[in-house]
Amino acid sequence: MERSTIDLWVGLFVVAGLGALTILALKVGNMGSLTGNETYSISAQFTDIGGLKPRAAVKSAGVVVGRVADISFDGDKFVAKVTMNVEKRYKFPKDSSAAIRTAGLLGEQYVGLEAGGEEAMLLSGDGIKPSLTQSAVVLEKLISQFMYNKAAEGGSPK
Amino acid sequence: MFNRGAIINFRGVGHHTVDNVLRLGFATRFLVLTILHSGTCFRRMHLITRELYYTGVLSMIIIVVSGLFVGMVMGFQGYQTLKTYGSESALGVLVALSLVRELGPVVSALLFASRAGSAMTAEIGLMKTTEQLSAMEMMAVDPIARVVAPRFWAGVISMPLLAAIFSAMGVYGGYLIGVVVIGVDEGSFWAQMQSAVDFREDIVNGVIKSVVFGIAVTWIALFEGYDAPPTAEGVSGATTRTVVTSSLVILGLDFILTAFMFRGI
Repeated sequence: MERSTIDLWVGLFVVAGLGALTILALKVGNMGSLTGNETYSISAQFTDIGGLKPRAAVKSAGVVVGRVADISFDGDKFVAKVTMNVEKRYKFPKDSSAAIRTAGLLGEQYVGLEAGGEEAMLLSGDGIKPSLTQSAVVLEKLISQFMYNKAAEGGSPK
Repeated sequence: MFNRGAIINFRGVGHHTVDNVLRLGFATRFLVLTILHSGTCFRRMHLITRELYYTGVLSMIIIVVSGLFVGMVMGFQGYQTLKTYGSESALGVLVALSLVRELGPVVSALLFASRAGSAMTAEIGLMKTTEQLSAMEMMAVDPIARVVAPRFWAGVISMPLLAAIFSAMGVYGGYLIGVVVIGVDEGSFWAQMQSAVDFREDIVNGVIKSVVFGIAVTWIALFEGYDAPPTAEGVSGATTRTVVTSSLVILGLDFILTAFMFRGI
C-alpha cells in the first residue's frame, strides 16, 4: 500500500525535474529558435573585427539569420577571417556586403549582412568579396582621429 | 636532540598521511564494487524508487525554496548593478547564466550534501553499528548490492533533476522581482536571455556538472557511512565529515570543470 504513494511522489519528482530541464532548454536557452535549423557557411574577411566573438548574431535588416561559427587570422593577407553559419532558408546574392556593427553604444557586436543586386546566390563555402566588407568601428580610433583633426584645425589659423 | 613531543607529532603526520591514502584506496575500491554490484538494483527498480523518494523528493522543498530566493535576491542585486550602466534589460541574461552555469549545480549540490548526504551517512553508519550489514552478509545478501547501490544511483539520478529545478525556480524568482516587482521590460528580459544562453554550452554543461557532483556527493556520503567506526561518536563524526568533505569536493570539482568548460573564448 505504502509503496504506491512513494511511486507517485517519485514520479512527480522526475516529471518536475525533466519539466524544469525542458523549460530551461526552451524558455531560457535558444533551443527553440535557431539551433534546429540547417545552415550553410559563408566567410568574410575584415581588417579589424573589434570585439566580435564566436556565436555572435548574423543579422540582415535587423533579423537574426545566423551565427558566427569561427574567427581566425589569415597569416598571408593579415586580415581576420570570419566564418558564419546562415540558415538554409535565407539566400543572399553574391555581391552582398557584410559589416561589423554594434547594438547600441556599448552593446554586443554582430555581423550585418546587406543584400546586393546580383542574380547568383552565395553558396556554402563561398566568401563575401573583401571590397564589400566593412570593419568594426573602434571607438578609440574615432576619438583619436577626431582629436587629431581638431588639433590640426586649431593649430594653423592663429 | 629531538624531544619526545616533536617525534610523536612527526610520527602523527606520517600516520595521518598513510591513513588517508589507505582510505582513498578503499573508497575507490568501494565505488568500483558499488558500480559492479548495481545489476540487482536495476532489475528491482523499487529499491531505487524508494531511495529516490528519500533523497530526491524530500530534498525538493528546500531546493525549490532556496532556488526561488536565490533568484529573487539576484533580481534585486543584479538590477542595482546593471542600472549603473543603463543595461537593466540584461538582467535576464545575468540571472539565467549565473544560475544555469554555476549557482544551480553548485548550490543544489551543497544543499543535497547537507540534506540527503548526511542522512545517507547516518543511516548506513547506524546500520553498521547495529550490525544489520553483518546480518545481511550472514543471510548471503550482499549489503553493497542491497543497501549501497540503490542509494548511489538514486543520488546520481536525483542530483541533475534537483539542479534543473533549482535553476528553473531561480529564473522564475529573478523574473518575479525583475519584471513583476521592479518593472524591467518583459520582452527584453526573455529575449536577451534566450539569445545569450546556449543549450549546448550552458545548459548541457550545467547538467554535466550536476551529474559529476551527484556522483561525488553520494560516493562520499555512502563511503563515510560504510567506513564509520561502529560507535555513536564514529557515526556523528562520519556525518560531519560527509558534509565538510563533499562541500570542499564540490567547490574543487566546480573549479576544475569550469576551467575546462568556460575557459573564455
